[in-house]
Order: sequence, then structure tokens, then C-alpha cells
Amino acid sequence: MSEPNTIGARTASPAVIDIQGLNLSFDQDGRRTDVLRGLDLSIRHGEFVAIVGASGVGKSTLLRVLMGLVQPSAGSVRVNPDPGAERPMALVFQDSRLLPWRSVCSNVSFGLEKSNMTRTERRERAMQALGVVGLADLADRWPWQLSGGQRQRVSLARALAVRPSILLMDEPFSALDVSTREGLQDELIRIWRQTNRTILFVTHDIDEAVYLADRVVALGGKPGEVRAMRSVDVERPRKRGSVALDDLANDVKADIFGEPARSGGNWVI
Amino acid sequence: MKNTVVRRLLPLIGLLAFLAVWEAVPRLGLAQRTLLPTPSDLPEAFLRELSNGIWITALGNSLFHYALGLLVGAGCGIGLGILTGMFGVAEGLFAWVSRILRPMPGLAWVPFAILWFGVSEAGAVFIISIGVFWIVYFATFGAIRSVDRDLIEVAQAFGFSSAWERLIKVMLPAATPGILVGLRTALGQAWMSVVAAELFGVSGLGSRMMQASSLLATDIVVVYMLTMAALYGLMDAFFMFSQGRLLRWRPS
Repeated sequence: MSEPNTIGARTASPAVIDIQGLNLSFDQDGRRTDVLRGLDLSIRHGEFVAIVGASGVGKSTLLRVLMGLVQPSAGSVRVNPDPGAERPMALVFQDSRLLPWRSVCSNVSFGLEKSNMTRTERRERAMQALGVVGLADLADRWPWQLSGGQRQRVSLARALAVRPSILLMDEPFSALDVSTREGLQDELIRIWRQTNRTILFVTHDIDEAVYLADRVVALGGKPGEVRAMRSVDVERPRKRGSVALDDLANDVKADIFGEPARSGGNWVI
Repeated sequence: MKNTVVRRLLPLIGLLAFLAVWEAVPRLGLAQRTLLPTPSDLPEAFLRELSNGIWITALGNSLFHYALGLLVGAGCGIGLGILTGMFGVAEGLFAWVSRILRPMPGLAWVPFAILWFGVSEAGAVFIISIGVFWIVYFATFGAIRSVDRDLIEVAQAFGFSSAWERLIKVMLPAATPGILVGLRTALGQAWMSVVAAELFGVSGLGSRMMQASSLLATDIVVVYMLTMAALYGLMDAFFMFSQGRLLRWRPS
């Protein structure tokens, strides 16, 4: 993508997302189910934040609240997108969710149809995004002709194409085999550094979280709340399975499953 | 190799055997020729209808009723199916009405068609469109209802939040295969309705068949029966071709 590289601005930049005291509950069959409670989270511009937790803890729901697809019950969510971005956010789903009746290129330009770009401009932009994920030569294929990994790259390109300030990713690699997953993780890091975006990455895979992120937020309990936040102070490029990452992963595991939370009052085991 | 050739020829052999039996039955005196015309009588009857211009006029009239009835019925069916498929309020309002009206066959509407439209083209179109309407309506409603919620969420996530945008961007393309299944059924149903709609005198293939049968010109009746079969076959082939183009995104 053609945005200026401003990695230097990553330090001491203001929060792009600021969540304060977020509560979320659903009413279902007359019973109230609390999903998230008292969630505070602030994310700086350009930061790569991973949210980990067991399934059902409300990780994906949190992304939907940020997207405005779900209304919070209490608390505030403030989003300050970069001035250069065209959209505050874009979401990459777990199961790619390409529209089967559109070609790869047309899937990528899907989000651009909301803007007043011409067809040619949209195609150009889509091809650019496909280039970023390395799939430009598959632009005219149908989704069913792609492998799982390729589909997920197209889904990533679709999100990148709308030039969002923040990229939200909902367990995007969890359905892929190990080698495809690791390839895409490294590619995501490259794209992140190249495009200078903020990424909020939800996963249940703690090793994946510590490998990718600057900061890992552990959610736990029912309703879900922040158990701990840990900075991953490991130089990039990182080495999978290194002692530093493994130790950190064990700490995060303890945050979620065993040990009392370091912040917040309610301890749930 | 030999097996596949035989297998390919089987439908043709079956058809020839059918025609042979058909030809033999009246010739052997097992049935009166006025009640069951032989296949060999048909070309001559067809040429007669062709040369006096009746065939082409009847065909043109029926095609007009057919096309217009299909258009009106399918248009209303798709429109209402989308409405009730997308909005629970519309579905609720229409639930009992559809339950009452749906079982009524197109023929049952003939008295009203005559009262409301007289013996006219409009009456015929009305009857045909009723039959088409229900088939297309239920197909559309079902197809819209079963659109993957996850794909709708994609539309919302990319900012297509209004009902119209949801419909155009996701629901309609996703529901197209299901709607087409209904349309294809309607294509055949509409020919049956053409006969019913023209029974009461609106000119076309159906009314010509009734005229001929009252004169015991059964060979002419069969000519028109086969005409409809041929038209249906042609249209179905054309429909399948267009459907293949429209749904070329699906793995074949």
C-alpha cells in the first residue's frame, strides 16, 4: 500500500481505541447473560495487541462491540482513527466469509463499494491489496477454487483494501493447518510493519498471541474480564518457541486459568 | 464402449417403441382412430394448422399470455417473498392470508377472472400469474430466510447497514439459486395454467385445443399438446443455459 511509513510515531502516540468500564449483557428468554464486565483497554496507534482467552469468554463479542455491530450495555468505547485512514476499522473473520458469487478481486473491492470510487479505482485498489497478500495472480478465481490459507489472505486483503486505521482480527488463522498458519503469521507481521496499522488480534492460541503481539491481554471468567496485560518485550524478528516467548506464554496461561488476576478485584478460578 | 453407445441410444429406442405401440393400437382396431389419432396422422394435421395460419396465431397469443403471466406472477412472488423473508412483521401479517389462499388452484379463479376481466387477455394473464406467484413466492421466501447470517454480518461489518444494501449486496445474490429453482418449476406450471386460462375462450393454444376436441379433431388436439411440450422443452433448455451463466460462480 502507498501509505507513508511512520514507524517512528509508534512510541508515545495517543490511544486509537479507548475502552472504559465496558459491560455487555444479552437478554435471552427472559434471562440476562453477562458476557463482558468492567473491561478497560487502551490501545496505542500502531500497536499490535492480542486478546487471549478460552472460547466463550467474549473475545469475539468485544470485536463486534468495537465494530458497532453490538451495542454495549454500559461503559464507553472511544475510537480515534488516524487522519490518513479511510475507515476507522475493518474486520477479518475466522472463517474468511468470502462472498461465493464474487470473484476474488470483487470480494476484495466489496468494502469499497460504500465509497464513491469508480469501478476502475476499486479494481485498482483491490489489486493493490491482493498484491500485498501475494495473491494478485488469483484475482479472477472464484472463492471455491482457493485453499483455506488463500481464502484467509483474500479476507485480509478485503479488510486492508478499505484502508482502516485499526485491523480487527477474529481468530483468523485458527482453522488453518500449522504450516499455513505460521506462514500467514509471519506475513501478517510483515504487512503490519509495512502498512503501519493498529492490530487487535483475538485468538485462543497463547503461543500465537505472544509470537505476534506487542501486548497480550488475557480475558477470563464468566462474564469475561481482563485478568492481566503483559507486554511482550522480545525483539523482532522473533523466534518461535524461544525461551522468552515460552516463559511468557506460561505466565499468560497462569493469568487465564490458574493464578489470581493481577489487576481488578474479582478472582474467578 | 459398446455399452455406452447402447445406453445413449436407449432413450431413442424407448421413444420409437412408444410411437410404434401408439401407431399400432388404432391400426389394429383396438381403439377408434377418431378417439386416438396415430402419430402418422400428425404431420398432415400440423401442416393444415400451419398453412391456414391458426397455429402461429394461437402460438403467438399463448406465448403472450404465458410471458406476461410469468412476469407478473414471478415479479409479485419475488417481491413479496423478499419482503416476508426479510421482515418478521411482513411475514406475520401474511402468514394466515397465505395459508388460506395458497391451496386454491388456478382453475378456481376462473369465475373471478371472467367477472373481473371478462373473457380477455387480462383474465388469462391473471390465472397464469396466480399459479406462478405461489411457487415463486415460497421459493423466494425460503431462499431469503436461509441466507447465511454470517454473510449478512460481513455486509454490516463493511458498512452496508440499511435493509436495501443488505438485500442488494448479500441477500439477493445468495438467494438467487433458490429463487431460480422456484422459477424453473413455475416455467412448467405456467404452461399448465395457459391451458386452464384459455379454456374459457381467450384465444390461444388452449382454446384451439378445446375447439378441436369438440369437433372430434383429435389429431389437432395432439398437435397442440406436442406444441406445448416442445415449447416447454425449449424454454427449459434456455432457462438452464441462462442459469448456468448466472450461477457460474458455483463449483460444477
